Amino acid sequence: MMTAGRWKKRSALIGLIVFAAVMHLPAYAVIGRFAGPRGPFDKSTLIVISATLFLAWALMLSQAIESVTRVFYARADLDLIMSSPVRLTNVFSVRIAAIALSVIAMALLLSAPFVDVLMIGGGFRWFSAFGVVIAIGLSAAAIAIAVTIVLFWMIGPSRTRLVAQILAAIIGAGFVIALQIAAILSYGTLSRFAVLTSDAAAAFAPDLGSVIWWPARAALGDGEALVLLLSAGLVLLGVVMAIFSPRFADTVVSASSNASPVQRGSRAAPFRAGSRQQALRWKEFVLLRRDPWLVSQTLMQLLYLLPPALMLWRSFASSAAIVLVTPVIVMAAGQLAGGLAWLTISGEDASDLVATAPLQPSRVIRAKVEVVLVAIGVIFAPLIAALVFASPLQAAVTAFGVVTAAASATAIQLWFRVQARRSQFRRRQTSSRLATFAEAFSSIGWAATAALALSIPIAALITGLMTAAILAATWKISPRRG
Amino acid sequence: MKPGESALQVRGLTKRFDRLAVDSLDLTIRTGEFYALLGPNGAGKTTTLRMVAGLLRPDAGSVSVLGIDALRDSVAAKQVTAWVSDEPMIYDKLTPLEYLEFVAGLWGIDPAVSEPAARDLLVSLGLELHLHERCEGFSKGMRQKVALAGALVHDPRLIILDEPLTGLDAVSARHVKGLLQERVRSGGTVIMTTHILEVAERMADRIGVIASGRLVAEGTLTELRQQNGQNDTSLEDMFIALVDVEAAAARARPRP
Repeated sequence: MMTAGRWKKRSALIGLIVFAAVMHLPAYAVIGRFAGPRGPFDKSTLIVISATLFLAWALMLSQAIESVTRVFYARADLDLIMSSPVRLTNVFSVRIAAIALSVIAMALLLSAPFVDVLMIGGGFRWFSAFGVVIAIGLSAAAIAIAVTIVLFWMIGPSRTRLVAQILAAIIGAGFVIALQIAAILSYGTLSRFAVLTSDAAAAFAPDLGSVIWWPARAALGDGEALVLLLSAGLVLLGVVMAIFSPRFADTVVSASSNASPVQRGSRAAPFRAGSRQQALRWKEFVLLRRDPWLVSQTLMQLLYLLPPALMLWRSFASSAAIVLVTPVIVMAAGQLAGGLAWLTISGEDASDLVATAPLQPSRVIRAKVEVVLVAIGVIFAPLIAALVFASPLQAAVTAFGVVTAAASATAIQLWFRVQARRSQFRRRQTSSRLATFAEAFSSIGWAATAALALSIPIAALITGLMTAAILAATWKISPRRG
Repeated sequence: MKPGESALQVRGLTKRFDRLAVDSLDLTIRTGEFYALLGPNGAGKTTTLRMVAGLLRPDAGSVSVLGIDALRDSVAAKQVTAWVSDEPMIYDKLTPLEYLEFVAGLWGIDPAVSEPAARDLLVSLGLELHLHERCEGFSKGMRQKVALAGALVHDPRLIILDEPLTGLDAVSARHVKGLLQERVRSGGTVIMTTHILEVAERMADRIGVIASGRLVAEGTLTELRQQNGQNDTSLEDMFIALVDVEAAAARARPRP
């Protein structure tokens, strides 16, 4: 008979294999057509591959900055380490290496389906792409550590945390968004490839013999370039370890002891009069405004909205491509609402206080849901208002999509709510994977429905019903049903 | 309600998790009384108080707070009750004044009354220099004081405290004890669990000892001594003896 532990392990393994297999399909759709051709390569191909690698590097850098910040600000085993008879430089060298390893491991896992597709379509030479992932992972970890420590020295421990979080969010999304903005300004499209494959980009790019193409060449199977790239990555990480390891300990100690600096409240205004729900809403708004995660995530969402906003401004009603604005806005609203709903509904730091307050639980929940919807309204209303000038119908559909996506994400958070501290936000996605997937599918579903409602209304009916079915199924299996 | 009438009346209160945590508990606390509930770890003290505060639904029994059926009309019962747990639950991103403003708003207190009360409370707890600082940098003792001020700002008539002195230094503990005694003097009722027997001995009008979910002894210190047949024994000795006896009885009882 199989024990529960073994069954769990086996299920996880099967799940991982199925997930990896499924990931090959989108990987094939995205990258399959690039597998075949052999060198010599033209500049456009090298630009596309280099840009893809740069994007991967930016994402790794973003993840590494997050990891470094987490190591800095978590007390965890710090007291034990500091009091142990071990050289701190050695301990923190190992910790830096661990950060690099975790960043590389994650990148290898995510890139594996893509590299597999390339190997299946273009031969074993693409195996070297794994080496490139390792090399850029090493450099991303090294730069993340250097950037965070330099930030620490420049602006101090209290501000570094927030700035690093914002930086991580912006770096991850910034490159793609910059390409989209360039594409909109030059070609009136949201496609990033329009810029990368343009003659202008090819003319501006350096010669084929330039060092800048090393990563792309290495990914294409150039052994010499790969060895050079790996060596450069290792040297960079080694230099960072040599320079920063001795100071890493001081920085960690300083950060963890200053993790909660004295911050003054915004006012000394008199107490407000109002209903009990108004008090709850006021508290939620103040906490949301002062939440560093939310600030960084909202900035990121706004950053994602920049290209569609720009497109809106450029195209107005003249272009058919303007329809693309709607799903982007609806998707962003759903995602942001999910995070906001978790923070307000599940992330209650004084749960006992609220539970012992003379207020029906339903009224507490209602006040919190109102906060989520008002916040979403404030963020998205200007975009929808701008859309009214371009196409009132599209504005109406977008508004409906935003409200539906936000309401769906909030409902999922309500069904799966588990009392937690706001600081546990990072763990929200692991506490219920089902809720996370349901939230993502619901946002995607409503985004697709809104887009189709503007182009193929009958198809919108189908996707709308499918999304509603996903929500119904989620409710059916949720712990809060009934 | 006149002094001496019951501020809290618990009858047949029962709660089972994987085992019986509270076993048909009867408890009566008079208004204007300082009541200390003692017991070893896992005896059912916190579970009992959480049920009284409306944080847990009992499996059986009744809870009456100042004559209000707390299970039927929980909102009315909560209006006159305050709860403070051993782990201070406050918001890191609010200042103490903002926290108290929120609590007062939640209890529907007129700002003209709650604002001066909030300031007085925070000053009396030694937090006057931190009124406008966010709580995220506060020590556990300071956080506990903010939580306590929050519990008192709406002027509750029944104050339920679960280990309120945990993590407080001697000066802070004295502040808190003084504040609680003042509330009792002005007609409020305090029920408090504590592991610090000296606090119970000095502050409580009556002491209840709970073990294995049952109230095994109750009375003033003198009454407890008399019940125990030793007039010169310390509360600590009596407590240990009572708990040992109950533990032996619990072992002898057949398990359901």
